[in-house]
Amino acid sequence: MSAVVETKVSVAELEAIARRVRASIVKMVAAAQSGHPGGSLSAVELGVSLYWNHLRCDPAQPDWPDRDRFLLSKGHATPFYYSLLAERGYFSHDMLPTFRSLGSPLQGHASMGAAPGIEMSGGSLGQGLSFAIGTAFAAKMDGRNSRSWVLIGDGELNEGQVWEAAMAVPHFGLGDRIFVMVDRNGIQNDGFADDIMKTHPRQMWEGFGWKVLEIDGHDMAAVDQALEEMQRPDERPRCVVANTVKGRGVSFMENNPGFHGKAPTPAQLEQALAEIEAGL
Amino acid sequence: MTSTIPAAATREAYPFGLIQLVEEGVDVVAIDADLSVSTMGYQFGEKYPDRWHTVGVAEQNMVGIAAGLAASGKVAFIASFAAFLPGRCYDQLRTSVAQPRGGMNVKCVASHGGVTVGEDGMSAQAIEDLALATSLIPFDVIVPADFEETKQAVVAVGKTTRPAYVRTGRPKIAGLYDSSYRFEIGKSSQLQAGTDVTLIACGVMVDVSLKAAALLANEGVSARVVNMATIKPIDRAAVLAAARETGAIVTAEEHQTHGGLGTAVARVLAEELPTPIAFVGVDRYGTSGKWDELLGYFHLTPERVAQAAREAIARKR
Repeated sequence: MSAVVETKVSVAELEAIARRVRASIVKMVAAAQSGHPGGSLSAVELGVSLYWNHLRCDPAQPDWPDRDRFLLSKGHATPFYYSLLAERGYFSHDMLPTFRSLGSPLQGHASMGAAPGIEMSGGSLGQGLSFAIGTAFAAKMDGRNSRSWVLIGDGELNEGQVWEAAMAVPHFGLGDRIFVMVDRNGIQNDGFADDIMKTHPRQMWEGFGWKVLEIDGHDMAAVDQALEEMQRPDERPRCVVANTVKGRGVSFMENNPGFHGKAPTPAQLEQALAEIEAGL
Repeated sequence: MTSTIPAAATREAYPFGLIQLVEEGVDVVAIDADLSVSTMGYQFGEKYPDRWHTVGVAEQNMVGIAAGLAASGKVAFIASFAAFLPGRCYDQLRTSVAQPRGGMNVKCVASHGGVTVGEDGMSAQAIEDLALATSLIPFDVIVPADFEETKQAVVAVGKTTRPAYVRTGRPKIAGLYDSSYRFEIGKSSQLQAGTDVTLIACGVMVDVSLKAAALLANEGVSARVVNMATIKPIDRAAVLAAARETGAIVTAEEHQTHGGLGTAVARVLAEELPTPIAFVGVDRYGTSGKWDELLGYFHLTPERVAQAAREAIARKR
């Protein structure tokens, strides 16, 4: 099936795509003068490696029944999500400037089905992994091989529902159908995660019966390898904990809680685009 | 007309409805959250183990799983107590079920609704569930009045693509309908003709209202009794006909008077035909007791419904 990824994209090519996605993210947020750049920029390597090398998908058939699903559980990272979808060919880049504007299919938080490739609605945290279990149950019943890849934020790990679902995945033996990626950028809405609500992702996931692959979430080769490795059958479900930097690629956004949900000024946008191009 | 129909709990009808749906070819998957021996979902699981999951005490996860199933083309049913579904997972119902694609194909069947849950006390007595469920825009909201109607309501919601909330009850209550009955979403059923006042009720209060009508008949008051099983969408035509033809309305529900049947009926009247109306419901938190004792404690009685009818009639011009 042509929709299944067969030829891998090189790390150098992935990095070039990542730069384009980062530029798109800051442009979208600047145009809308609102949105969440920090947690979008931190997830770029995960998203690019996934969409180009691992997700079984076909942008020409977004509803292909055997597709894998990417489920953006940290639903505020829409500049990241929409930029990825446009770059991967689900819809035109021309749609991106409508982000967050009246009537746009690209709402501040994703609305399922509003544009091709949007697999679930987001905005209220903690719900993606549960959704993945439902898709896995259905795929199993219907004899399909499709999987779900769930991206969860580290602040989102505060939500109890994540753990209801985390205990259910191994219980139901769905580890070969559901893959979790934690974007551990260390910052949540109100500040640094260690100050707001300290989490211990490795111990927490392992405690719930998962195998944890901890990586540098901005090392594209490491990300690509981890996403490959997590697809290998194992008794335990797999979770990649990607240590990332909020605002990655833009000096004044990096590790700055102020840019969780704030747009750059025109001058800042210019600087951001220059830094992204230079591959900070 | 009803004497030969055995008493049964409405929750007992749930698995029968599910089984009928599967037999008719509907791709049902049902989920429980560790209360399946009470919701009766386990009986469906025994018959169709591949179509049933129990996910532990995790209502929020249950709703998300249902959304994922629906996104994959399944007709997802979820069951718990009405105190927890929608109460414990309202946000998940809103974000993962009500909002996506104009409403996902997820059906909530919440048992132990109202105060007749009995001895478990106030925390278990759901008197807010209809207010919450009706606030979810695409949801149909149904409170069947007996076993047969519940079974048919489960089948009916299973054949739409909309989300739905169906409330069932714990105690065995009088049977009102036999298999010749035809339930339709959004259509009420008149159980007794009358000209002076209309008693509009749902769930366990339908039988209570029939008894109230008998009390009123002794006084020479002719009361129409309407089973308004569907709270949303409300049967506007029946409400307006009752207002036009009887001139006074009483609503009776095992729920607080805010946000349930009474509110829905009053809105229709306010919009189209202002009419004296009196509300019978539960506006305080409860206590333990046997289910029938609790109906008395909360004044969900034929006497109170009859009194409300007199009050509404007295306000006619």
